[in-house]
Amino acid sequence: MFTNNPFAASADFWSPLVMQLYVVLMIVLVAAGTLFDIVHKGSAKYFFDHWRKSKSKGPQQVGGGELVSLAVKTGLVDVLASGEFCNARRRLAHLLTMYGFLIYVITTAVMVFGYPTPAAPTPALLPLLWWMGGLMICLGGYWFWFFIRVDVAAEGNSALRIMPADLFILSLLGSVTLGLIWAYLQTRASSGANVFFGLYIIATTVLFASVPWSKFAHMFFKPAAAFEKRVSYANGTRSNLPGPADKPEQFGSAREHARHY
Amino acid sequence: MPTFVYMTRCDGCGHCVDICPSDIMHIDKTYRRAYNIEPNMCWECYSCVKACPQNAIDVRGYADFAPLGHSVRVLREEAKGTVSWRLKFRDGREKNFVSPVRTTPWGSIKGPAEYDAPRPEDFAKQELAHEPEALKISGGLPALRPEQLKRGVA
Repeated sequence: MFTNNPFAASADFWSPLVMQLYVVLMIVLVAAGTLFDIVHKGSAKYFFDHWRKSKSKGPQQVGGGELVSLAVKTGLVDVLASGEFCNARRRLAHLLTMYGFLIYVITTAVMVFGYPTPAAPTPALLPLLWWMGGLMICLGGYWFWFFIRVDVAAEGNSALRIMPADLFILSLLGSVTLGLIWAYLQTRASSGANVFFGLYIIATTVLFASVPWSKFAHMFFKPAAAFEKRVSYANGTRSNLPGPADKPEQFGSAREHARHY
Repeated sequence: MPTFVYMTRCDGCGHCVDICPSDIMHIDKTYRRAYNIEPNMCWECYSCVKACPQNAIDVRGYADFAPLGHSVRVLREEAKGTVSWRLKFRDGREKNFVSPVRTTPWGSIKGPAEYDAPRPEDFAKQELAHEPEALKISGGLPALRPEQLKRGVA
């Protein structure tokens, strides 16, 4: 089951070319959706305006070398290790979902374009990674949606309540869960596999076509915001925040976790 | 001076939702970031500003009395037990303050449940529970006696 390329096995049902065109269409939708999101919400304009303001006001000038160093730190700490999260559970769930998504998407693209038919034998590692990525998304995503979402207990809402902010996470979980069920049914030669394949395509289309309305674009603007924050600390503006206290240092405590009532 | 949230800094952790005494810090239904649902009900207690681990919450003055260009920001460092303030005036002046979060060691103040339960006759008194002992005022709280009060106009 874990070594079977589900996309090659479905070549009879849907021609590899159509599948490849579908993947290209999804990439175009993400790019177009992100650009629309940036223009419509003015996030890029806000970022560059804020950047200019912060740069001119800082008491210290940040040189080119230091900017590169800050960009590397942002990439390593804030992006690759989700370093901005203060809550360890949220950080772990995010890391599972993020790396799971990357592994899942990359292996999907490699299998669809590189090994589209049973005639080209797929290395066993690729489907294995695809399954692993999908299961990581499910673990991190369901953990987040059922147990970590802030607004459930705090607002006295049902744990199953759905709102626009859930569009991204639910379409992602729907896409991956249905994809995994489809791959499983396919190995069992079940007649339901085609039904789940159809549902998988619908959920995947919703995930990538809903970029302007979902929080999908956060993977682009959040690193930019993290970089701008690091630069503001380096040039001394610190977003107008006071510096770390040098006195009095007494009777400190550990930060308590939010309990949401 | 209601609070507002820098959406790019907020990660939706919910500390401000937890701590807001007015229950006006909520999680946005579209972006899952915190926001102030009712700015005119904000009493500027700065609880959420200090609690935010991302320093994503700021306070803005109403334009009719707070000069534009000023800034009042605060940083709580719980490990040090400090709260630092940085005030920037629109003319460029700046003032910085650091205060301790508390001045007594942890565990040195008894919680309400650790005191004896009030006796029935205590409910008839004007003092609150454990007063005046808890206030450390010898001889009780100062109060007017009836003969000190004026009875009508002479």
